[in-house]
Amino acid sequence: MSEKKAMRLELLSLTKAYPGCIANDAVSLQVAPGEIHALLGENGAGKSTLMKMIYGVVKPDSGQMTWNDREVNITGPAHARQLGMGMVFQHFSLFETLTVTENIALYLTPAEYGTLDLLRARILAVGDEYGLAINPDRLVHSLSVGEQQRVEIIRCLLQDIQLLILDEPTAVLTPPEVAQLIEVLKKLAHKGCSILFISHKLHEVNALCDKATILRGGKVTGTCIPRETSPGEMARLMLGDELELQDTMPAGNAGECLLALDKIEVKPRDAFAIHLQDIELQLHAGEILGLAGVAGNGQDELVDLINGELGSDSGSLIFHGKDIGNTSVQERRNMGLGVVPADRIGRGALGNMSLTENNLLTSYINQTGKFGWLNWPAIKARAAEIISTYKVKATGAEASAKSLSGGNLQKFIIGREILQNPNVLVCFHPTWGVDVGAANLIHQELIKLRDKGAAILVISEDLDELYLLADRLGALCGGRLSPLAPKSAVPLAQLGQWMTGNFGTLSTGISTDTAAAEVAHAH
Amino acid sequence: MRIEKRLHDSQLMVYLSPLLALLLTLISGALLFALLGRPPLGSLYTFFIAPISDLYGLSELAVKVTPLLLCAIGLTLCFKAKIWNIGAEGQFVFGALIGGAVTLQLAESEGFWVLPVIIASGALAGMAWAAIAALLLTRFNANEILTTIMLNYIAVNLLLWAVHGPLKDPDGLNFPESALFASQTLLPVLFEDYRVSIAIFIALFMLVVIWVVLTRTLLGFQLRVMGENHNAARFAGFNSKKLIWLLLCFSGAMAGVAAISETNGPVGQLIPTLSLGYGYAAIIVVFMGRMHPLGILLASCLLGLTYLGGEMAQIDQGLPKSITGLFQGMLLFYLLACDLLISYRVVPNSRSVKPSAITQ
Repeated sequence: MSEKKAMRLELLSLTKAYPGCIANDAVSLQVAPGEIHALLGENGAGKSTLMKMIYGVVKPDSGQMTWNDREVNITGPAHARQLGMGMVFQHFSLFETLTVTENIALYLTPAEYGTLDLLRARILAVGDEYGLAINPDRLVHSLSVGEQQRVEIIRCLLQDIQLLILDEPTAVLTPPEVAQLIEVLKKLAHKGCSILFISHKLHEVNALCDKATILRGGKVTGTCIPRETSPGEMARLMLGDELELQDTMPAGNAGECLLALDKIEVKPRDAFAIHLQDIELQLHAGEILGLAGVAGNGQDELVDLINGELGSDSGSLIFHGKDIGNTSVQERRNMGLGVVPADRIGRGALGNMSLTENNLLTSYINQTGKFGWLNWPAIKARAAEIISTYKVKATGAEASAKSLSGGNLQKFIIGREILQNPNVLVCFHPTWGVDVGAANLIHQELIKLRDKGAAILVISEDLDELYLLADRLGALCGGRLSPLAPKSAVPLAQLGQWMTGNFGTLSTGISTDTAAAEVAHAH
Repeated sequence: MRIEKRLHDSQLMVYLSPLLALLLTLISGALLFALLGRPPLGSLYTFFIAPISDLYGLSELAVKVTPLLLCAIGLTLCFKAKIWNIGAEGQFVFGALIGGAVTLQLAESEGFWVLPVIIASGALAGMAWAAIAALLLTRFNANEILTTIMLNYIAVNLLLWAVHGPLKDPDGLNFPESALFASQTLLPVLFEDYRVSIAIFIALFMLVVIWVVLTRTLLGFQLRVMGENHNAARFAGFNSKKLIWLLLCFSGAMAGVAAISETNGPVGQLIPTLSLGYGYAAIIVVFMGRMHPLGILLASCLLGLTYLGGEMAQIDQGLPKSITGLFQGMLLFYLLACDLLISYRVVPNSRSVKPSAITQ
């Protein structure tokens, strides 16, 4: 692709400062027509702010923007759409109780779509053209996440689109869905539509993008052509020099079974809950079991069930050989169960409270005296210990939880649980939204805890993380659990099948029993 | 001028806001007096200073502070946990009704046990009244704001029925009042010729108790966590139903004791207009006092003063007694308005920004 051609979009020195931080510091970038351009960076690097400025949601403090070689000053998303931009946000803005056609109609003006029947035909035509098969009459709540994303993409394509912005589109997709999406995007680019693709996953960027702009701390640290640049080099641009990435972790040594779920069924308590069925798993001392799965396939229910917030309708939950089905959260914690929830703020920690108080949120089990008397100096000392041991960046134990970055708060929460010496630790999204440095530290601490003989269940959407940490792997789909097998026996393709609910085996016949036996015999 | 969100909540404004609200109330009050054709500053003096310019006035302030503080103590714990008990009024009235009935039964009894039994009956009655709301909330998830308000009306009507019916003084010339309580059933006064009773010590003692509970015990921590976020409380394993029961019952008991401090104190019988809205005023006390024990002590003095000031304005200036409610209302109104400044600030419009064209 030659430079000096007409440019679809050009940013010149865009700057946006929020009180306390400069989100974008003189960011420049160029996107040619038909180019797939990656915007690469860690969480908090300023990618989202930049996208919002392009799409007119946020106004830049200074800098220039040209669109098809003409200077523009975008006044808002409606203006951006008029110019031919479309954006697919990470969180979809669809009405669950309306059909696909109705949802798309809401996004357009009546003049743009005419009648619902005409629109329906156009949706089918566009779907056909780009390989985005969708039934326009289905209600959105009945669609999978991947299909909902297709609706979002189709509604961008219905206008005369010249630039499509996608904010971490693959974060919610299964591997086959990712492959499909990549095909669609390539087809679009081929027809001349430019694509701005936000991601922090290097291999996707490598597979898809023509050019990449890398952001770190709000500044552009480099541009490159992904196909000609090594992932290591891109990671260095993204993360800085000081980081060492670990790509393997030592394997665990499984011992006795500490937690067993036996034919557990949990009926949904409300319309959005997932029906857990036939959940069978054994968690052994000294192993990490990793569960993959796209969000909303029963992970929340499973974690609530083990934590004791949700009771099972049938089946049994055995902890250390005792049935704990009817015990409270508090009793389970007393027995040595630790849980790291997915929501850091609001469940794992309270934003308005200090780290000292947040330490007490679960450590009250062993840090409370008679009659519930609190010894604050001791509680504060424990919080300070967590801060120093797990390298939490905070102004002190009195800092409020919300003043910490996501990664630092997560280090604090995981440290809080580990310092209580749990026999069984359940980690839900242990490194979600956490920068690579913090993620690395969290991974190492989990391995350390495992090697001390704890049993750890890691539930994550990040497959790289699961392959890095887990000794055994499985997946949740639609409230059912796939077979569990040693990591070496589960290739990515197999795990992808399991994530989509296809629990048959790909090549070798692995059943749950043999998998457990294999783990027991490992080492 | 425009309003902009602050980066962090302003701790200064948390404490400044009640003072600002008081200042605005005084200014509005002065304006109001002027509009009524009264000297503004003189009337404010009559309302806020004259009532407490002698020893008797100060003791009368303590008389008003007693029920306000007792109600506010219970409400503080509830509100910290974001259980919006608006029913201290009803719990007060029901406590007075049952406590009064027990007192009338014990008119002939003598002994050290008489007063404790009366106080306990008032506390239990207030507790029972609050327990209805607790049951509705925990069992049927019925909003406690609505249930407690409705229970207020029921309690008041029960009291009216009682003083018109079964508890009416047979020798009372058909006035809707109970018989005067026997002297041994009244709370002992602290000093002769003054009306302030030992109930003020109960209130101050309970104030210290909740202070300790809030800052030094797991229970206090649990209710603060519940107030912040139910999900976090559930996750940590705090039993929110148990807490709801405990806090509502405690709050009801405190309102019941507050009722006894009135009926078996300065009032000395059951009358239809027993509560002068203490249960509602206590809500203002808790918010003015920033839900802090020391703060609610100060705020209950201020709200107590509005009762005395109202009476004084009636005597001195011939203004209607409802002036008390007016001042209380203004205080709450301005407080809520000023609390906006905790999270927001007013900035001058430096540059004229055209309204951006974010349509649809």
